[in-house]
Amino acid sequence: MAERVPTIVVDDAHIVYRVHGSAAAGSTTPVASLRRLITGKRPAAVREVHAIKGVTLVAYRGEAIGLIGSNGSGKSTLLRAIAGLLPVDRGHIYAAGQPSLLGVNAALMNDLPGERNVVLGCLAMGMSPAEVKAKTPEIIEFSGINERGDFSSLPMRTYSSGMAARLRFSIAAAKKHDVLLIDEALATGDAKFRRRSEQRVRDLRAEAGTVFLVSHSEQSIRDTCERTIWLESGVIRSDGPTEDVLKEYDTYMRK
Amino acid sequence: MPHTAVADSDTGLTLKQLAEKHGLSSAGALPSLPAYTRQLWSYRYFISSYANAKITSSLGKTRLGTLWQLLTPLINAAVYYLIFGLILNTGRGVENFIPYLCTGVFLFGFTQTVVGAGTQSITGNLGLIRALHFPRASLPIAVVLTELRNMMAAMAVLCAIVLISGEPLTLEWFLMVPTLLLMSLFNAGLAMAGARLGSRFTDIRQLIPFVMRVWLYGSAVLYPVTRFEQVLSGWPLLVVEANPLLVFIELMRHSLMENVPLAGPVWLLWTEAVAWALVVGLAGYVYFWRGEKGYGRG
Repeated sequence: MAERVPTIVVDDAHIVYRVHGSAAAGSTTPVASLRRLITGKRPAAVREVHAIKGVTLVAYRGEAIGLIGSNGSGKSTLLRAIAGLLPVDRGHIYAAGQPSLLGVNAALMNDLPGERNVVLGCLAMGMSPAEVKAKTPEIIEFSGINERGDFSSLPMRTYSSGMAARLRFSIAAAKKHDVLLIDEALATGDAKFRRRSEQRVRDLRAEAGTVFLVSHSEQSIRDTCERTIWLESGVIRSDGPTEDVLKEYDTYMRK
Repeated sequence: MPHTAVADSDTGLTLKQLAEKHGLSSAGALPSLPAYTRQLWSYRYFISSYANAKITSSLGKTRLGTLWQLLTPLINAAVYYLIFGLILNTGRGVENFIPYLCTGVFLFGFTQTVVGAGTQSITGNLGLIRALHFPRASLPIAVVLTELRNMMAAMAVLCAIVLISGEPLTLEWFLMVPTLLLMSLFNAGLAMAGARLGSRFTDIRQLIPFVMRVWLYGSAVLYPVTRFEQVLSGWPLLVVEANPLLVFIELMRHSLMENVPLAGPVWLLWTEAVAWALVVGLAGYVYFWRGEKGYGRG
């Protein structure tokens, strides 16, 4: 067997979110704040959420890995950390090249028209202005927001949530990636758009070295991934061939 | 716990060695300063289009739109003139007080808005930071560009005010270009330092208004700079007169108006302006760069 080339190495990674301003009732008076300051206690208003608790994994070139787990289990957090967007508190993450996160949450500007958001999003992904100019019509075409009239010149705040999500996905999917991290992207839009976006993801996968896919749809995990990692409360519960892991996960979720 | 059931290749290497062997780089590694600068340069189109987008989206919902870029400084000047020019009459000792006052108010407003928006440029854009890769310094720099554009409109208003008040148009007016450039560099340093501080200590935001108000009174914006000489002497006077904002405002007054009382000789003011711009600009940039990888944490 030829030696497998790792593209992502996650070594005992921990991620902690610090949340400000979640004080419980009764602890919000100035006196209470002052007392905390004097006694040197950590303010109750800052709470720590330990989202990833020591995850270790190695991903190899050519693999497509599904990430499953219940809501809030740390899937998206792990992807952000692998993409280098979120720093780890402890442990290390190594990656080949620059992994790209393909999410539907790429925050754009709601007061700007769709077209200008496309330009801004593409520039933010590091494209040159010439590339952006060439790709803009293609992206708008793919998103299908102009199917019902000229919506691309209207501010994004006028879009329905489905339309906005489709546009964001189309922007994010317009670039080629070495290591591709996909976050629930396939769940956006209607059936027609879903088919199109699944095809686009398969194309991107063919070009990318390694793909991570976060999804709640077991079908799309089965279709695209041969290996699956099950994350629960920030810990890996299981890591192995998709069928085995999904079976385990099903039993757990039925309980 | 089943960690890497199918992934381990049993080569006996630790994960770190495995990563090193295949030339993987740490996801949280800080790029070197020159590399970071090159990266930032390659994102220049993003920065400028982001700055433009900010202007459009902030005024997009108003009926008058970009006309507010001119109206805001005008109203601002009118309010200050009403209070400090007419009611309190603080302008004694300056012949032409209206342009004198307006120059101070507009230039101070430039720094004030940059500092305010700069400290929030990281905390207010966490969604963008957690979704996309780009050098984070783009955000505070975009703030400076946005405000510089607003400042251009304000300068047009200011020039009109100065001319109407009877000042002659001279070659010295060209000096407002280097003054504004130096001030922008200085403001960029403040914005970047403020952005990192604001993302680490969210309480800073509550203190900024007070800091800025003290700075306002220390910069001879609302009264002639000669007031300081009347009440201070020795080193406190030197400290007050080295205040960067005072220096920039003095230089602008000098370039637009004749017969303005200045805090010091012009060559000294220029030296101080260049020094402040370089030191603060560079220090802010370096300080911001050192925190580059932590901004996603929020």
